[in-house]
Amino acid sequence: MNPHAFISLRYPLFFSVLILYAIFCFLSTNVFAFEAKRTVLPNGLTVLQSENHNLPIVMITLMVKAGQSHEPKEKAGIANLAAALLTEGTKTRASKEISEEIDFIGASLNASAGNDSTSITLSVLKKDVDKGFELFSDVLLNPVFPQTEIEREKDLVKGLLRQREEDPAFVAGRAFRSAVFGEHPYGRVIEGSPETIDQIKRDDILKFYSEFFLPNNSILSVSGDLSGEELNLLITKYIGGWEQSGMPEITLSKPDEKKTRKVIKIDRDLTQANIVLGNPGINRNNPDFYAVSVMNYILGGGGFSSRLMQSVREEKGLAYDVHSFFAAQKDAGHFEIGVQTKNESANVTIEDIIRQINRMRYEEVSDEELSEAKSYLTGSFPRKLDTSRKIADFLASVEFYDLGLDYVEKYPAYINAVTKNDVLRVAKKYLDADNFTLVVVADQEKAKLKY
Amino acid sequence: MLFFRVFLISLVLLLSVTAYTAYATAVYEHTLENGLKIIIVEEHKAPVATFQIWFRAGSSDEPRGKSGLSHLLEHMMFKGTPKYGPSELSKIVQRNGGMNNAYTTKDYTVYFEMFSSDRIKLSLELEADRMQNLTLDPKEVRSERQVVMEERRLRYEDDPQNSLSEEVVAAAFKVHPYQRPVIGWMSDLKSMERNDLYHYYKTFYSPDNAVIIIVGDVTADEIVHKVKAYFENIPPGLPRKPMASVEPAQKGEKRVMLRKEAELPYIIVAYHTPSFPHEDSCAIDVLNLILSGGKSSRLYRSLVYEKKIALNISANYSSFNRDPYLFFFSATATPGKENAELEKSLYEEIEQIKKEKPSEIEIQKAKNQIESSFVMGQDSIFLQAMKYGIFEMLGDWRLIDKYLDGVRKVTPADVVNVANKYLHENNRTVGILIPTKEDSRSKE
Repeated sequence: MNPHAFISLRYPLFFSVLILYAIFCFLSTNVFAFEAKRTVLPNGLTVLQSENHNLPIVMITLMVKAGQSHEPKEKAGIANLAAALLTEGTKTRASKEISEEIDFIGASLNASAGNDSTSITLSVLKKDVDKGFELFSDVLLNPVFPQTEIEREKDLVKGLLRQREEDPAFVAGRAFRSAVFGEHPYGRVIEGSPETIDQIKRDDILKFYSEFFLPNNSILSVSGDLSGEELNLLITKYIGGWEQSGMPEITLSKPDEKKTRKVIKIDRDLTQANIVLGNPGINRNNPDFYAVSVMNYILGGGGFSSRLMQSVREEKGLAYDVHSFFAAQKDAGHFEIGVQTKNESANVTIEDIIRQINRMRYEEVSDEELSEAKSYLTGSFPRKLDTSRKIADFLASVEFYDLGLDYVEKYPAYINAVTKNDVLRVAKKYLDADNFTLVVVADQEKAKLKY
Repeated sequence: MLFFRVFLISLVLLLSVTAYTAYATAVYEHTLENGLKIIIVEEHKAPVATFQIWFRAGSSDEPRGKSGLSHLLEHMMFKGTPKYGPSELSKIVQRNGGMNNAYTTKDYTVYFEMFSSDRIKLSLELEADRMQNLTLDPKEVRSERQVVMEERRLRYEDDPQNSLSEEVVAAAFKVHPYQRPVIGWMSDLKSMERNDLYHYYKTFYSPDNAVIIIVGDVTADEIVHKVKAYFENIPPGLPRKPMASVEPAQKGEKRVMLRKEAELPYIIVAYHTPSFPHEDSCAIDVLNLILSGGKSSRLYRSLVYEKKIALNISANYSSFNRDPYLFFFSATATPGKENAELEKSLYEEIEQIKKEKPSEIEIQKAKNQIESSFVMGQDSIFLQAMKYGIFEMLGDWRLIDKYLDGVRKVTPADVVNVANKYLHENNRTVGILIPTKEDSRSKE
């Protein structure tokens, strides 16, 4: 966060959560002329493209289907290091040369790892697309992971992890996910921990890269001012030699299935209690995903239209922000409610949250709530595809979760089919008012938690 | 038929290839009789549109002892009118698939909606209504005051780096109201009453103090008539006195220390600098990017990459303020390193650029970064609208061309000049975060 920005927003989080989990809640009743092409190259690379010639820019996202889930627990942080080091040295360029060339054309080239995938993104002006694509292909195909850069990056990541201890939301979220997921990789911080980072050797990173960074394990998504022909030329010229190969099988640990209440209290010198409450959720391919989207919108996903916001903020003035979401990922997922309130109000806020969970579980939602949720979820779709950057990322996600290119047309029907009964059913099934995990980072003496 | 003035704005003219002028944008401009200005930009690439209304009213317009008034009023603007009760506005927007929000700065306050283009007209009715008929129920004021205090705890009290930033700004200004934080000091928030809000609202939310900006898949000829119908009868507000405080030149370094629970040392160094359209502002922008634009910048290379004494370093100069503000540098220490080392290395880099002209390549890189960010910003209709608003707040959106022209003309000698003129000891305020940490507090 930029400490000097002197902007103060009325309510920033609702929409940033929607963006983070953009794949959750999209699409609309409006017929939206949106064209995308999908092809699979002979080397197995899936290519998606949407042309838009209104502005001389090109946005590229390359998604490799390997992330945190594909690394051993005792060496957690490999995926993150591998991604960060792609831009820190190739066969022909040193770290400094890469950043110098990218900065000179005013482009950005970034790589980052997630739970199940790693993304490399390029944003470049059309006039520099050849140079940009060449740099992009170089970091993708020819990284050398120099030992000095590995050491530098490891120190940097460990330092940043230390800095994040200053952020109570990070501390709470880390404890929460670890409790909810147990041994499953989703329970870990993407950077790993100082101890696991110390275990990582150059060979581990090379192995991760060579096993998973393959065309048959990747999605290339391109949006903006580039024709199909121009894209083909770039692909042939710069990544034509990328060869496919077999991949090792990965077996993931099962998330912790035992149903017990877990309460974790972390004591810090803070004015506010940072509260996270939730339970295991659903994965992205669960057919209940759409009913869950509607239910969560009503409970705490719908900003000022949500029950949590109405009760906790609007009626009681207890918090600036309260929200809930289902993080539905490839292999599993979780549900969480997050709120910050002054230490002294922690108990009353938690009580209110549990009351709202129980209401969802035992009472039908009103017709009005149901229809408002549906009209938001369907009607907000065009805004999810209103920039070339969003389109490139969206297409990659649709492919990654295997939703089909007709997802844009189908989504409204999925949402509109949800009934009040479905909402009640999924609330009972996926919200737990007894055996939840509760994390409170606060000045515990002042919070005097009853839980 | 309303009289329209249409201008071609040539943001991408900077690019050397002439073909790019094809992307120039038409800007429709019209001012109503009550002084309300309307700017419309048609952008048909996606079926969406944004409506924004900008009021020249920010924390620097607040009376003494009432810091945070502009921002609390911004919150209260969502608490209803006789026609639409509390939260109804947001519900209507969301029911129509839209999003709305608002933000407050030191100089202005902005309200906005994003919709599918077929719904954008909803904005007109909702915004025209709350611009003149806000309820400001005392009970709602008391409740929202609590919400803002929670927001203050979240953003500042419990965030050591933001807390230091607040200290530095407060120390850097002794006369000008830029001293106060937008969110307000806690005791001022506690004392805020309905009447304070009402008077401020009636004074500053006046049509001649506002600008409407619409960007997206709209037809200017059509929508301007509707804007006129909703807004033309709004009467002017109470008389406004221009804020007259001028910050005198700083005559010696100021230092502030903050001891707070934190993990790592952190430093902020802030220099008083002029704002655009001051003749030096474009050169300071280029200087800023040479020092901090990307991983190839001087500060990142030196403090993060080579010396490994900083985890991150940033320089932040925004010239788009109504009055002169600050050029900030900030850095977090690598574990085991101290603020003194960060400060010394930062000054070494600053002294270097004061002595020796940057290369033509460095200058060109900075210019390319500015150009590119302007073009990339066009990808989003929201950012496009913001760009017109920011320049309009400085007097006229046409200043965009003046700004880009100014950037293009910056020479290596200009950069050395402004570095010498502003980045000197007597002109700086230094903030030092000294982490205090109680051990073994953690328990499960």
